[in-house]
Amino acid sequence: MTFPVLSIITFTPLVAALILLLMPVNRKNEARVVALASATFALILSLWVYFNYDQSIAGYQFVEKYEWLPALGISLHFGVDGIGAPLVLLTGVVMFTGVLISWGDDNPHVMAGIQDRPREFFAFLFILAWGVLGVFVSLDLFMLIFFYEIAVFPMYLLIVIWGWSVTREYAAMKLTLYLLIGSVVSLVGALAMYFAQYQNTGVLTFNMLTMESARFSPSFQIIWFLPVFLGFAVLGGIWPLHNWSPDGHVAAPTAVSMFHAGVLMKLGAFAALRVGIMLLPEGAKYWQWLIMAFAAIAVVYGAYIAFVQKDFKYMVGFSSVSHMGLVMLGFSTLNADGLLGSGLQMFSHGAMTALFFAVVGMIYDRAHTRQIPELGGMSKAMPFATVGFIIGGLVSMGMPLFSGFIAEFPIFMGVWQVHWFVAVICSISIVITAAYIMRNIRQVFFGDMPEKFEGHITDITILDKVAITTLCIFMIVIGAYPKFMAPMVQTGVEYIMRLLGGS
Amino acid sequence: MFTSISFASILPEILILIVGMLVLIIEPFWKEEKRRNVGWLTAGGLFAAMLISFLAGQPGAPTSALGGMIRFDWLGFFFKMLFMFAGAATALLMMDHEQLGKRGEAYLLLLASLIGMNLMAVSSDLIMLFLAIETASIPLYALAGFMLGDDKSTEAGFKYLLFGILTTTIMLYGFSLIFGFSGTTDIYQLAEMFRVGAIAPLAAFGILALILVGIGFKVAFVPFHFWAPDVYEGSPTPVAGFLSTASKAAGYAVLLRLFFIAFPEPSLSASWTTTLAIIAAISMIVGNLLALPQTNIKRLLAYSSIAHTGYTLIGVVALTQLGAASVVFYLAAYILTNLLAFGIAMAFSKATGLENIQDYAGMSRRSPWLGLMMLTAFLSLTGMPPFGGFVAKVVVFAAGIQAGYVWLVVLGVITSVIGAYYYLNALKFVYLYRMPNQDEENHPIPLSRPYAIALVALTLGVILIGTIFAPWFNWSDAGALNLF
Repeated sequence: MTFPVLSIITFTPLVAALILLLMPVNRKNEARVVALASATFALILSLWVYFNYDQSIAGYQFVEKYEWLPALGISLHFGVDGIGAPLVLLTGVVMFTGVLISWGDDNPHVMAGIQDRPREFFAFLFILAWGVLGVFVSLDLFMLIFFYEIAVFPMYLLIVIWGWSVTREYAAMKLTLYLLIGSVVSLVGALAMYFAQYQNTGVLTFNMLTMESARFSPSFQIIWFLPVFLGFAVLGGIWPLHNWSPDGHVAAPTAVSMFHAGVLMKLGAFAALRVGIMLLPEGAKYWQWLIMAFAAIAVVYGAYIAFVQKDFKYMVGFSSVSHMGLVMLGFSTLNADGLLGSGLQMFSHGAMTALFFAVVGMIYDRAHTRQIPELGGMSKAMPFATVGFIIGGLVSMGMPLFSGFIAEFPIFMGVWQVHWFVAVICSISIVITAAYIMRNIRQVFFGDMPEKFEGHITDITILDKVAITTLCIFMIVIGAYPKFMAPMVQTGVEYIMRLLGGS
Repeated sequence: MFTSISFASILPEILILIVGMLVLIIEPFWKEEKRRNVGWLTAGGLFAAMLISFLAGQPGAPTSALGGMIRFDWLGFFFKMLFMFAGAATALLMMDHEQLGKRGEAYLLLLASLIGMNLMAVSSDLIMLFLAIETASIPLYALAGFMLGDDKSTEAGFKYLLFGILTTTIMLYGFSLIFGFSGTTDIYQLAEMFRVGAIAPLAAFGILALILVGIGFKVAFVPFHFWAPDVYEGSPTPVAGFLSTASKAAGYAVLLRLFFIAFPEPSLSASWTTTLAIIAAISMIVGNLLALPQTNIKRLLAYSSIAHTGYTLIGVVALTQLGAASVVFYLAAYILTNLLAFGIAMAFSKATGLENIQDYAGMSRRSPWLGLMMLTAFLSLTGMPPFGGFVAKVVVFAAGIQAGYVWLVVLGVITSVIGAYYYLNALKFVYLYRMPNQDEENHPIPLSRPYAIALVALTLGVILIGTIFAPWFNWSDAGALNLF
């Protein structure tokens, strides 16, 4: 067995959270330092995994396995494929930038960062990160659900304690109940799969690699695919069940919105792919049309709703629904192009939306309003944030040279091969997205600054700039040099295509 | 006749009896103000008894002991360990209670009740079983009504007594019918009697119904749950915690042994599993829905414990080895979690004298550690990892699905989401809301040493069951194996 890098990455946030909780209450700066140190450590390790991933092999790498409860076939079984490795990196990046954004500002006019109980904030945030990383690396279905639920409950506390005081109680409860219903429904499906595979193979195990060859009967797959896939896809913001997501985004504090939209929604999509499509491929083929319809509606509807929003943060929240719809759309193609695009889109959207929420948070901290019509001329005071937002906007619109293009183009290619008219309908969303992004850039960042803001708006801190730069680097590198990520995702897609029978 | 096996089979009870005698002998020598030390003696003694029994009294292959009165096996042994741990934690929580803490009798009643519960878990004869149930119950009637000056406590004790006597008598009538029809009181011979048809199916069904009344009272499933909220609210908080955990688990120990050993005959089990499945469904729905509007923390926990009875019953209904193991595992996780929840309620009302959920506002600022413990307890009750409640719920649901009760499991997951609402709502008071003057720093919640020890031990236990679950599950499974 080699260096157990995945378990070290996964348990780093947990250890950090425990250290934070054991620290004295009033040591705010020390808590921040501990948080930043552990986030940096996790980022370095995730970069190490990313660059040491062997792109010439399809399948799981860095595999570790420890028996946990042999009587029921539960083991701590870690490994990443070409889809999982970028998401581990994404989690590292968002953790690192999220901690930087939450640091705060010495300027008394700025209500930035987390001033109230940062110790608890970072501890809960890291428990969330622990769950997220655990899902991305788990190869055991029980542990996957275990980590999945760990990622749910800290959200409630993070939103309800540090969130926007107007809607936080409502939004936090709504989000938690939606996600819990989704996860318990998937749990029932997972248990059904567990016993079905026991009947087929005689081995009692939650090991997903074994389940892949369990030969579930087609009727079983058709019955259980929908509960499993949709249960997880709730967290991915799939259309009729997306309602919790914009409310949750808006109510959450900045770093949590970044985590939430950037990583947590990928968690739902990833689990839906891993458990739904990869373990129940026949079910996926049977229900393909339904998933595609849901995703297509999400793409267009999400973009349109984002277009009519007056609240900056709601706009970003609905744009997330639209972009996550593209991920689901790629899944629903069940072909190599679509899945490749989805894999890239998950990373691209994660970095982009984290950047959006970071900038929105910076503006709100200074202007104390998020109403788009009331804002203006921010580029004079915050040039750096403006550049960051524009880069994010270009990614969002799918401009060539930015990661959004590399991700969206294969998705549309994949969709065209299945139903060309769905691709045509969904391409409308690109136009709408371009429209609201351009309009917002002009309204919020350029033009005249309203008088009430003159002198109040200060530039962002150096830590904020580091965070923005980090996120932008990844978006540009992937866009300008697709070989950075595309071949890796390709290896993951090859593996999935093998399970789907090469269709 | 008195062999080393029969000695080992009742070693825990002998040790508890010794602790009880020590309490009786030593208590009068302590002056009034030092008398709370009896709690240390009880808790320490129980813990030592647990340790000695674990090291020296582990059962081997299941054997019949004491003339066929008791069964010496892992199932009973694991339950005994749980009861004694719960007893030790309860003794610690009693120490700083105004009316209980300095009264040696209270600890003695607790110990007497524990002996009864231990015997409930191992009785293999109906007569022995009835004696054990009464030994466990009667001290609890007294404890529930222990605060004589308090109307609510008196009401609780009286209500518990009346309800208890009524239901136990009905159960006794069931036992007597069994004896009348079959001529035996040995649980292990009954299965054979049912198999050869010594008892007509209709009569057997009636007998089962009578017995279920008695057990239903003990484990508080619907429709025999009415006493629970009033009794929990009125009785001293540590006693309420004990009632809702150890006493309930003892009921389950009886339910498992009696129904899995004596009535597994397919013609018979089809009817009682269906009955229990419906009861489980109604308990989950009623418990969770009635918990929603509660404002008193003890009443909230009472209704939530009715809901948890429903979840546990899924494992019984499954009537498989996994089902039995899941019941035992669920009870282990539930005992620790609910004792923790009641312990926090006790510590909080000791410091503030308040019991309503809205009084918990600002608690995490007043005492961050107590807030985290409450987080642990309530998230475990919700069924969230990495706490015991999650794994427990998953194994119970797994047993249900394996046995084909998908509808019951689906109902279980839906009601558990309803449960999440009121548990999270309580946590909102702890973490979000503040005291009226926002001066939490000036209102700390002091924890005396017994509370600190008990609560920390319970918290660690809840986390341990939820993360390193293999040993606990293997013990539960070893116990479940004894039923087949």
